[in-house]
This record gives sequence, C-alpha cells and structure tokens, in this order.
Amino acid sequence: MEEVRLMKGNEAIAHAAIRYGCDGYFGYPITPQSEVLETLSELRPWESTGMVVLQAESEVAAINMVYGGAATGKAVMTSSSSPGVSLKQEGISYLAASELPALILNVMRGGPGLGTIQPSQADYFQATKGGGHGDYHMIVLAPATVQEMTDFVALGFDLSFKYRTPAMILADGVVGQMMEKVVLPPFRPRRSEEEIRRQCPWAACGKMGRDHRNVVTSLELDSAKMEKNNERFQATYRAIEAAEVRYQEYFTEDADYLIVAFGSIARICLKAIEDAREAGLKIGMLRPITLWPFPSEAIAKAAARTHGILTVELNAGQMVEDVRLAVGGSKPVYHFGRMGGIVPNPNEVLAALKSHFPEIESSNK
Amino acid sequence: MKEEIVIAGFGGQGVLSMGKILAYAGLMDDKEVTWMPSYGPEQRGGTANVTVIISDKSISSPVLDTFDTAVVLNQQSLDKFESKVKPGGTLIYDPSGIHRLPERTDIKIVAVDAMTASIELKNSKTYNMILLGALLKLRPVVDTDAVIRGLRKTLPERHHHLIPLNETALQKGMSLV
Repeated sequence: MEEVRLMKGNEAIAHAAIRYGCDGYFGYPITPQSEVLETLSELRPWESTGMVVLQAESEVAAINMVYGGAATGKAVMTSSSSPGVSLKQEGISYLAASELPALILNVMRGGPGLGTIQPSQADYFQATKGGGHGDYHMIVLAPATVQEMTDFVALGFDLSFKYRTPAMILADGVVGQMMEKVVLPPFRPRRSEEEIRRQCPWAACGKMGRDHRNVVTSLELDSAKMEKNNERFQATYRAIEAAEVRYQEYFTEDADYLIVAFGSIARICLKAIEDAREAGLKIGMLRPITLWPFPSEAIAKAAARTHGILTVELNAGQMVEDVRLAVGGSKPVYHFGRMGGIVPNPNEVLAALKSHFPEIESSNK
Repeated sequence: MKEEIVIAGFGGQGVLSMGKILAYAGLMDDKEVTWMPSYGPEQRGGTANVTVIISDKSISSPVLDTFDTAVVLNQQSLDKFESKVKPGGTLIYDPSGIHRLPERTDIKIVAVDAMTASIELKNSKTYNMILLGALLKLRPVVDTDAVIRGLRKTLPERHHHLIPLNETALQKGMSLV
C-alpha cells in the first residue's frame, strides 16, 4: 500500500530527488527553500544511492556544478529562491545553449532585490521569457500542491532529458513552506554509467571505445553554424509547445467568468470560486501547470464561453500579458495582484473580480 | 467536517509544533490536512502563527482570512485574530500576559490557564499539549488517540519515553475546560 506522509513542499522535493535516482544536488541556502538542502543533508543519500549533495560556495558555483554534471549525462539539480535564481541565469543560458538536461527549483520570494522572504510570483517573466541571454526557453512547471512538488521532480527531469533542455519548477513560499499529505514515488535506482552512455550519446564521458570524444560547449564562432544551432533549439521548442502543454480546469463548463491563476494562488482562487458558487455566481478557473509552454489555446477555448477573464498573481501583472495574447483582444482581461510578499485571501480575490465585472452580481440568477 | 484553525503566540511557545501535532493527528484519522506556518523571523521571537485545516474533503486554499477556531497565546495574537473568528466560532486564550480581555459576544470564548497547569506538571514544555487538550475537548476534530499515534510515528525512538507525559498533558488540558 502507498504510504501517505505529511511534509513541506521543500522536504518533498528532497525525498523525490533521491527517489528519482538523481545523481547530484548542488545548492546554497536561502529562505524560503533552505529545507531542500537541509532535508537532503538529513537523509544522507550519498550513503544509500550514491547521490552527491553539495553546499556550494555560491549560487553561481552551484549552477556551474550543475552545468558540469549535466554535460556528463548525469541527472543533476539545484534549488534557490528569487535573488539566488537571478545569479544562476548565466548558467541556465549556457545549459540551454549546450542542450543539456537539468532541473532548477525556484521557490519564489518577493522582490526586486533582496526583497522579502515572503511568497511571490514575480519571477514569471524571468522563468518564461528567458532571464539569461539569448533565444532560449526552459520548460517551466508550476506546482500548486505538495504532491505536485513531489511529482514534478520526476516530470521535470524526464522532460528535460527527453528534449535536452533545462526544466524549472517554479514554486512559491506558500507551497514550499506548507505541509500537506503526499504520496512519495517508489525508489528508482540511479542510472549506471552503461545506461548513461546508451541514453546520452552526447555526454562527455571519455572516448569509451569510440573514435572521438564528445565536447560540450555553448561557443560557436562560425555564425552560419550558430544560426543552425539556433534553428535546432527553436525546432525543439516548437516540439515542446506541440506536445507538453499542461493545465487544469475547474468549473469551466458553465462559467460566465474565468480566473486564470497558477501555483498556490490558484488554490486561494479555487476557495473564492467555491464561495462564489454557493452564492450562485458561475465562476471557473484555468490553472496553467506548464507556464512555458503556455496553455494559450486552452485559455482561448475556455474564455470563448465567458464574459471576461481575471488573472490573479502575486506580482504586478506578468502572466496577464500571455493571457491577453492568448485571447487576442476577444475578451476583457484584468489583473489582480498583491506584491512584496502579501498573499491575498479568497475574499479579496472575489472582491477584485466583482470590481472589474460589476455586472457579475446580477448575471447569475 | 471541516475545521479551520489558527494558533498564534510568541515564537518559542510551541505554536508551530502544536499545529504540526494536530495536523499529524488529522493524518492518522485519515483526514485531509494543511499546515501553513508564518515562516518569517518571528520564529526567533515576536509573534508566530500557523493555520491548520482538517477536513473530510480535499482542501483548496491553505491561506485563510477567517477561522472556526483561534488559539491565541499573547496579546498581539488576541488583537490580531479576535475579529477573524467566524460568528459562532471558538476563541481559546491563555490569560497569562493578557491585559485586554476578548470582547466578542457572538463567539465562544474560553480562557485556558495552560501556563499554571504546565507548572503543576513540573514541565513547562507541556504547555502546548495542555492547550491542544483543551482545544480537542472544545472542538473534537481529531481523536486524542490519533494525537498519541501521531506522536509515536513522528517522534524519534529516543523521545518515546516522553509520550506518557504528553498524554498526561493532553488530559490535563481537557480537564481545564
């Protein structure tokens, strides 16, 4: 029988990484995600699975250790929170340019700058639009529950290896710090050197009987070749967009108004919707699970049946731009957000919806 | 059944632990549970609070503005959360250190002198378990047996000799209300 555990999202990440067969974690502590490194240190996986757990001297060192590990075909990861993830951007761009798989966790806190340690979603632009330099994308997964924190470790690694591009779990302080029930996945052994050579023929692990050694680099001074590289990256991104969009719909079948929200804030919105429905107001929600690739088509489809959309985010309005692009001006799209680490309660969400759509009270009788 | 609880007090009073024990008991009773702490520097002094939701059905928001039950252990927490108890709800407070008594008339207000009771038990660390006992007497959202089973499961073996003392503290808390 599956064992149900009670733990924090950050703790679940650590358990899930070990159980996935992760080869290495490189990180540097920062609130609100320090429990990832703490839990890994408590669980001592180097004694069981052989997984390396290393507290680097900085976030920059950690992401470059990930770059090195990934280049050898290992399943490696790092985690941090907003200011620390800013430091990692150069490394992420290099990982994308070198077509390497890696998993990066960002448990977002309020910014800009050192900001606050309280929850935020203000790194949406950074995660989905680049962050680092150059034309690249990461697969970005937004967990709303501790179970999703757990499950997205395996999903993130698998997608990352499938498409040879870094993946990010974009969480926030709420889902990192809260405890709830979780079912951990079964243990998977780490891949052997043999399996890595077979599954990752690009990996830099010596000649190994071949007539050449692999060189992993993001540098290509011949512009014609560099353009070809870019075309290959773009083809990968189109393939990801075609196959890997994930989202969840709530009460959209009869909704007159649509909320779009991601991560833990979607749960606060769901509570607002439950309360509203008790009062006879037909509100639905679409929760993007992949922030990149973005569920544009699904949003357009869900919105078609409604009078308008409200996005709810812990920022000044970031995802709202993608929602507006998705519906192409066919519906009014408004944004409600709190900033600086303030998390709105369900009543505030409902009040925001009513202020943007005053006719809502009379619309559902 | 769905119970939305906030526990608030000074960092170090065992606020987060009490919430955790309650959440584990919910888990033992096969309920859905969420535990959402304040995780700021207040853990090292100042006011700390935790929201615990125990429900038969899956829980949407772990963040709430109003509560069925509030357990407040200092004046700041009383000032902050008295108005956030739903009408008909329950407010439990420890009178030590309280200089402005709660004033609401539409909720059940219960004073539990857990400080004195913990001194009687000759162990100040029983403080939060006494309050948990009082809470569970007033709001039997989980079985006290589930609390003990939760402790047995989550405490390392070397602390298991403390379980009987915790059981005594729970009973003591129940006898106070």
